Amino acid sequence: MSNPSSNKYLIFLGCAIPYRVSSYEISSRKILAKLGVELVEMPEFNCCGLPLDPVSHETMLILAARNLALAEQQGLNILTLCPGCAGTLKKVNKILKEDKALKEKINTHLKEAGMEFKGTIETKHLLQLLKEDVGYDKIKASVTNPLTNLKVAEHNGCHILRPKEYIGFDDPEDPQTLKALIEATGATCLDYIDETECCGAPSVGVSDKVALQLAKDKLNHIKQVDAQALITICPFCHIMYDTNELRIEKMFNETYGIPILHYPQLLGLAMGIKPEELAFNELRVNPSKIINQVTQGAK
Amino acid sequence: MTEAAPTPTTKGQEPIKASELDPKFKYELQKIHGSEKILKCFQCGTCTSDCPIARYSDSYRPRTLIHMAQLGLKDRVLKSDTLWLCAACFTCTDRCPQDVEVASVIRVFRNLAVENGCMPQVFKDQIAAVLDSGYAYKIPDLRIKKRESQGLPPLPKGNPESVKKTLKGVKLIDNVQKPAGETLNVQPQQQ
Ligand code: SF4
Ligand code: SF4
Repeated sequence: MSNPSSNKYLIFLGCAIPYRVSSYEISSRKILAKLGVELVEMPEFNCCGLPLDPVSHETMLILAARNLALAEQQGLNILTLCPGCAGTLKKVNKILKEDKALKEKINTHLKEAGMEFKGTIETKHLLQLLKEDVGYDKIKASVTNPLTNLKVAEHNGCHILRPKEYIGFDDPEDPQTLKALIEATGATCLDYIDETECCGAPSVGVSDKVALQLAKDKLNHIKQVDAQALITICPFCHIMYDTNELRIEKMFNETYGIPILHYPQLLGLAMGIKPEELAFNELRVNPSKIINQVTQGAK
Repeated sequence: MTEAAPTPTTKGQEPIKASELDPKFKYELQKIHGSEKILKCFQCGTCTSDCPIARYSDSYRPRTLIHMAQLGLKDRVLKSDTLWLCAACFTCTDRCPQDVEVASVIRVFRNLAVENGCMPQVFKDQIAAVLDSGYAYKIPDLRIKKRESQGLPPLPKGNPESVKKTLKGVKLIDNVQKPAGETLNVQPQQQ
């Protein structure tokens, strides 16, 4: 089996990021360039498949396998920024490699478009790449402006942790990777109640009330520990909190004022990248308070 | 002696009639990828007690849905609006002591509900977007153009023709490509 190089990745953007969360893509590309991770653009891709799994598992399998086959043609491993895409591509890769009959069935579909799934590449999410390929030491070494006085909270989200069987690089009940990556910037990562709980985003549109209550309780727990910002690594979690924080404040008569940062934005600040280059202007909840604190500290 | 309070999911529901039980349903489920282990569920309730959606919803209870399926209440399970509330967070899957893969079982229920003509609008929109562009959302041209000024490489153009070829023969996709009016609609309840 081929063993594609580990500091060169095909970047799989998925749909949500180009659709609504370019701040995540911009900041991720900035920090990866600084860390020497080479990104190759996919010549073409499609939806990872996850959004259609609820209505047709078969459709999900075909869409995911088509993406894997496209990456195999390039002979490179996939890097995703979205945990949903990562989870789906990892899971389908594993299922098809283990289940020969299913693999054959899916390949008859791919054959219609002259394609084939072989199972020769792997997928990693940004978080896993930073932990395993770049490593905490190299990340610490890249920090020129340690965020020593900053206290933040993390939200991993579901698909980066569960199901453990398919994701498996962190402990779903007590995840440590994102915490360690935050601490590597010099910031303090605070513990709070129900850290590993779902943000509620998948239930938006089915029951907004249920979804917003979930997000509200999370924000309350984060507020209780006086976190200055919430750090996410998923486009959907980010949309859920950043877009809805003001709405939740109005609806439940609360005040938070907690900016929601993508982890690469936090790391970028610690690397001394200018805030203008990290797309902070695209955030809905105003982050200027902490940016001022961080950039003044640098002087 | 006090009478047991009705559980939230059965509250207000009609009493079960023997005629609505489909004893073969559980065996059907055992053959479907994802719900193979449904008979291993011993109703401990871990899934429901740890489910973030059950905490905020008066009616969504994964354990009850699994129990109903085991009993053969096929129609009630597949027509349940609450089925669509699951956030697919996989907490239940990871914590079920019987390894039932609860979230996958819920997904199988949804897939079967769709085969029976029940599909929320949001999924119809996403199917249409995938068939039209390869992506799950219709990404506005403005966004695609803006990438250049943001210093981002161009977004690869999807290949919907190739995607459609690979999806040929998938029942759901063949169905949605039929003229409108042939599929039923379900409006999930707002609660
Ligand atoms: S956690 Fe597993 S065994 Fe317990 S009720 Fe839920 S499905 Fe059944
Ligand atoms: S996957 Fe669905 S049923 Fe399971 S805990 Fe999450 S929301 Fe509840």
